[in-house]
Amino acid sequence: MTTSPRPVPDDRGRLSALLRLWPFARPYRGLIAVTFSAALLATLAQLAIPLITAAVVDGPIADGDRGGLVPLLALALLFGVAEASLFFVRRWAMNSSCLRIERDLRDTVYQRLQRLPVAFHDRWASGQLLSRATTDVSTVRRFVGFVAVFLAVNLITCVVVLVLLLVTYWPLGLAVLLTTVPLSALALRWERRYNIQSRLVQDEQGELATDVEEAIQGIRVVKSLGRSRLVFDRYDAKATRLRRLELDKVRTLALLWSIFELHPQVTLAVILVGGAVAVNTGALTVGGLVAFVALFTVLLWPILSLGFLFAFAQETASACDRIGELLDAPLTVTDRPGVVPADLGSPARLRFEDVGFSYAGSASPVLDGVDLDVAPGETVAVVGATGSGKTTLTALVGRLFDVTAGRITVDGVDVRDLPLAQLRSVVATAFEDATLFSMSVRENITLGRPGATDADVEEALQVAQAEFVHDLPWGLDTRIGEQGLSLSGGQRQRLALARAVLGRPSVLVLDDPLSALDVHTEALVERALRDILAATTALVVAHRASTVLLADRVALLAGGRIVALGTHSELLAEVPGYRELLAQDSELAEALP
Amino acid sequence: MTAQTPSPGHGTDGQENWRGVAAENADDLSAGAGVFLRARSRRLLGELLAPHRRSLWGLLFTITVQNLAWLAGPFLIGVGIDVAVPALIGGNAWPLVWITAAMLGAAVLDTVLRFVFLTWSGRVGQAVLLTLRRRVFTHVQRLPLSFHERYTSGKTISRLTSDVEALAELLDEGLDSLVTALFSVLTIGVVLIVLDPPLGLVALLGFPALFWVARWFHQNSTAAYRRTRESITAVIVQFTETLGGIRAVQAFRREPRNDELHAQLNEDNRRAQDRAFWLIAVFVPAVTLIGNLVTVAVLGYGALRVMDGDLAVGTLVSFLLYLRRFFDPLQDVAMFYNSYQSASAALEKLSGVLEERPTVAEPSDPLPLDDARGELVFDDVRFGYTDRTVLPHLDLAVPAGQTVALVGATGAGKSTLARLAARFYDPVAGVVRLDGVPLDRLTDDDLRRAVVMVTQESFLFSGTIADNIAFGRPGADRAEIEAAARAIGAHEFIASLPKGYDTDVHRRGGRLSAGQRQLVSFARAFLADPAVLILDEATSSLDVPSERLVQRGLQTLLADRTALIIAHRLSTVEIADRVLVMEEGRIVEDGFPAELVAGTGRFAGLHRAWADSLV
Repeated sequence: MTTSPRPVPDDRGRLSALLRLWPFARPYRGLIAVTFSAALLATLAQLAIPLITAAVVDGPIADGDRGGLVPLLALALLFGVAEASLFFVRRWAMNSSCLRIERDLRDTVYQRLQRLPVAFHDRWASGQLLSRATTDVSTVRRFVGFVAVFLAVNLITCVVVLVLLLVTYWPLGLAVLLTTVPLSALALRWERRYNIQSRLVQDEQGELATDVEEAIQGIRVVKSLGRSRLVFDRYDAKATRLRRLELDKVRTLALLWSIFELHPQVTLAVILVGGAVAVNTGALTVGGLVAFVALFTVLLWPILSLGFLFAFAQETASACDRIGELLDAPLTVTDRPGVVPADLGSPARLRFEDVGFSYAGSASPVLDGVDLDVAPGETVAVVGATGSGKTTLTALVGRLFDVTAGRITVDGVDVRDLPLAQLRSVVATAFEDATLFSMSVRENITLGRPGATDADVEEALQVAQAEFVHDLPWGLDTRIGEQGLSLSGGQRQRLALARAVLGRPSVLVLDDPLSALDVHTEALVERALRDILAATTALVVAHRASTVLLADRVALLAGGRIVALGTHSELLAEVPGYRELLAQDSELAEALP
Repeated sequence: MTAQTPSPGHGTDGQENWRGVAAENADDLSAGAGVFLRARSRRLLGELLAPHRRSLWGLLFTITVQNLAWLAGPFLIGVGIDVAVPALIGGNAWPLVWITAAMLGAAVLDTVLRFVFLTWSGRVGQAVLLTLRRRVFTHVQRLPLSFHERYTSGKTISRLTSDVEALAELLDEGLDSLVTALFSVLTIGVVLIVLDPPLGLVALLGFPALFWVARWFHQNSTAAYRRTRESITAVIVQFTETLGGIRAVQAFRREPRNDELHAQLNEDNRRAQDRAFWLIAVFVPAVTLIGNLVTVAVLGYGALRVMDGDLAVGTLVSFLLYLRRFFDPLQDVAMFYNSYQSASAALEKLSGVLEERPTVAEPSDPLPLDDARGELVFDDVRFGYTDRTVLPHLDLAVPAGQTVALVGATGAGKSTLARLAARFYDPVAGVVRLDGVPLDRLTDDDLRRAVVMVTQESFLFSGTIADNIAFGRPGADRAEIEAAARAIGAHEFIASLPKGYDTDVHRRGGRLSAGQRQLVSFARAFLADPAVLILDEATSSLDVPSERLVQRGLQTLLADRTALIIAHRLSTVEIADRVLVMEEGRIVEDGFPAELVAGTGRFAGLHRAWADSLV
C-alpha cells in the first residue's frame, strides 16, 4: 500500500465485495424495491405493443373487423401510458434512493479520512483518495440505482421473452436463443478489456495532470531557467502516449458496437427466412411472424446489456474494495477505551520520558531516548541541525504520530490516556509550512475553536502582528487560500501563528514560527509573543538566535537525542556543537563593528 | 478558553459565510457576455477542426451511407412479409433468397461502415485533443508571471486537466452516438414520409409535442447542470484541502466542523444532482409517452388502411419498427446533454485562457548575445501594477561581476526590481539592459542562459535529486551534477540519503526539509552557470549551518558573476560588494556595506535592529 500507481488493473473484483454496500443501501431498501418493480413492469409493458400488433394483424385485419380494432387499440394505449408512467416512477425512486446512498457513503469516507492518522496520509497520494471519494462512490451510485436493478430486470425479461418466442414458434425461438448466448459472453469479455483500457487511460491522465501541476506550480523555476522546451517535451511525450491509449480504447469500443450492430440484423434475416418457411408450412401465422420480429427487438437490449451490466458489477466490486481499504484502515491514533478527561493545570507540565520514534518500515529511529521536562509556564527552544528530528518531536505532543517508545505526559498523564479532543484543545501547534484553507480569515484562525470570541481573535492577530487582515478587501471575511486572495509567505506564517496562540492554550508548540518574517516584523512579533509565552508551557523549534532568545532553556537535538540542555548563554559558552549551529550570526556581529 | 458570546460568523448563520468573500465569480455572467463567450468558443472549435476538414466530409459521407444501410433492415423485413412470404407460399423461393441476401449485405455494409466511422472519428477527436493540449500548455508556459499570479495555479491547472478532460469525455462517451442519433432521427423522419405519406403525417403529429418537451428540458437543464458542476467542485475543494492540511485539521480539532461543512456541501451536491436527474426523469418518460401515443395512432390508422387495401401489412410493420428507432435515440440525447454542456463550458474557459496575450513576449527581431559579461543597467525605469506604482523612477548601473545586496522593508520594491532584471515583467517605461542590449530584444534562450533567479520557494520536480539539479543544464553528467552540489555545500546531505543522488524527491520534495530543498535549487542554479544570478530571499529557510555552507559556496559562485541578492537577514550582506537600501520604490542609500553600517542612515538603523535581535 504505497503511493506508487497500482500495476495493470484488473477489474474482476470479487462480487462478494458488493455485500458491504448493504448497510448503506438498507435505509433505502423500500425505494430500491419500488425502482425494481417499476423497471420490471415497464419492461413487461413494452411487450404489449408487439403482441397487440400481432393480434391486430391476425384478428381485425385478417377478419376485416373494424369494431374489433377499438378494444385492442384501447389496450395498447393503456399499456403505452403505463410504460411511460412506470419509467417516471422508476427514475424518481432511483434518484431518491441512490443519490442519498452516494451522499451517505461519501460522508462516511470523508469522516473516516479525517480521523485516520497522519502516517496514513503520508503514505497515500491525495489524488488516490480523491478518486475513491468521487469516481468510486459515483460508480456505486450507478450500480445501486441502475446496474443492479437492470441486471435483475433484464434477466427476467430475457427469460419471459424467450419463453414467449419459444411458445410462438419454438424452432425459431431456439435459433434466436442460440445466437444470443455467445454474443453476451463476447460482450462481457470485451467490456472487461474496455475497462482495463479505460483504467490505463485514467492512470495516464493522472500522470499528465502531475506534469501540468508541476509545470504550473514551478512556473518561476521553469521560466527562470528557460526550460519551457524541456518541460513541454516531457508533457508532450505523455500526451502522445495518452492519445495512443485512447485510440486503443476507441478500437475496442468500435469493434464491440459494430458486432452489436451486426448481430440483430443477421438474426432478423434468419427470422425472416425461418418465419417465411414456417408461414409457408402453416406452422406460423403472418401475425405470429410480425410478433416474432417485434419481440426480438424488445429482447435485444436486455441481452446485449447483460455483458455490460455484469462487467459494471465487477467494476463496482473493485470500487467497493478500494473504498473498503479506506474504511478498514486502522485508526491507530484514537481514544483508548474508557478514557475520561483529566484535570489538567493551565499552564501544564510537559514531559518526554525516554521517548523514541521511528517511521513505519524504517529501520533507524528518528528519535531515541529523549528525556525532557518542561515546567508549567516554561519555554524550551529545540535546536538542531537539519534532519535531527525537531519537527518529528513537535508532532508527537499533539499525537499526530504516537511515540514508538517511552511516553509523553501532560501534568503526569500519558497523552495516550487523554481523550484526543481534550489533548488537542490543550496543545496548540503552529507548523513549519503555514497551511491555509480556502475560507474566510476568521474561519482560518478559529479553525478548531468555533467558540472563540472577536476579542480572542483580535488578541491572536495582535500577538502574531497579523493586523494586516483588516486591510484586506473584506477584512476578516475575506476568503484566502488557494480559491481566494493569495498572501505572502510572511503573512501566511503570521496567520498560522495567530491560529496557534488563539485562546492562549496551556501548551504551545511552535515549529520555526518566524522564519519567513522580515527583521522588523520579527522583532514586533517576538515582543508580543513574550507575553503569551510567559503564561503558557511552550516548545519552540528555532533556527536562529533571535528565536532562541524567546526561550528560558534550550535543548540541543542531535542524532535523535537531546545532547545538551541549558540556557542559551550556557550552551554558547560550553557546547561547541551549539556554537556551530547558531554562531554565524555572532561571528558577523564581530566582523561588523 | 473562556466562554463568551460567539463572534459573528459562527453559530447558525455561520453555516453560510464560513467560506468568506472573494472577488466576483467569473461564472456569473450577463446574457450578453454569454453570447460573446459562446462565439469565442465556437471560434476556437472552428480553429481546432479546420485541419480536419477533409476527414469531416469523409465522416459525413460514411455516416450517411451507414445510416441508409441500417435503415434498409426494417424496410426489407416489410418487403419480405409483403412479397417474399406470399411468393414462397406460391412456390417461388427466389424473392426470399434475394431479400435475405440484401438484408445480410446491408448488415455487413452497415457494420463495416460503423467500425470505420467510430475509429476514424476517434482518430480525429484524439488529434484535436492532442492539439488542444499542446496549444494550451505551450500558451500557458508563455504567459507572463503576472498572469499566473492573477489567475492562481489551481485555476490554470484545472484548465489543463479537468477542462480538457471534459472535452475528451464528450468525445468518448457520446459525441458519435449523439451525431448518429440526431442523424438517424432526421433520416427516419424522411423515410417515414417517403414510405407512406399519410401514415408519415400521422407520425409527425408527435413533433410539436416533442419539440416543446425538448425545449423545456434544454431551458431548465442548462442551469441545473451548471449547479451540479459547481457543487461537486465545492465538494472536491473541501476534500482536497482537508487532506492537504490534515496536520492542521487534526491538531486543531477541526474534524467535527469539517464534518458539518462537508455534509452540507455534499447535500448541496445531492440536491443539485437530484434536480438535474429529475429533469431527465420527466423528459425521458415524456418522450416515451409521445412515442407510444404515436405508435397507437399509427397502428389504428394503419390497420384501417390495410383493411381498406391501401396499405400492405409489411409496410405497416416496417413503419412500426422505424418508429421505435425514431424515439429511442431521442432519449439518449438527454443522457449526453450533461457531458455536452460541461464540454461547452470547458471550451468557453479554455478559449478565455488562449485569448490572454503573452505580454512579455519574445522579440521578433532579437539582438545576438553570445557570451554575456553581466553588466546590468536600469535606465529611467518605471513599473507599477494596474492599481499602484511600485518603482516610480529607477536608475541603476551594476558593473559586471559586482555583488549587490538589496535591503529594505517588505513592499519597498526589492522583488520587483529583481523580477525586472530577470524579465519576468517588462517595465512600464524605461529600459533594462544587459551588456548594453535591452532585455526585450534578447531571445528567451539567450536571456535565460545569462540571467537566473532563485526564489524562496524552491520548487522541486518529481524525479531524483540528480534530475532536479540537472534541470539547470539538461544533459549534464553525474560528475558535473556532483561538482555543483559540492560547490554549494549540498553534497554531504545528498550523499547521506539512502539512495544518494538517485533519491526520489517524492511529490514536490515533501521528503526533504525546506533547507535541503533550497540547497538543491542552489545547486541547480550553479549548474546553469549564468552571468547574472538573482537570489530573492533564497536563503531565508536555511538553518545556520546550511546557510553558512551556502554562503561559503556563494562566495566562489559569485566570484566572477553579477549578483543581485535580496535578503531579510542582513548576514547575507556580508558577502556583498555593494548595498542598496530601498524605500517605497526608490534607492535611498547606496554604498559599501561597512560605510553604510558606520553611517547614520537607514541601513545603519536596520543593522542595529538586526544586531539587537542576536545574542
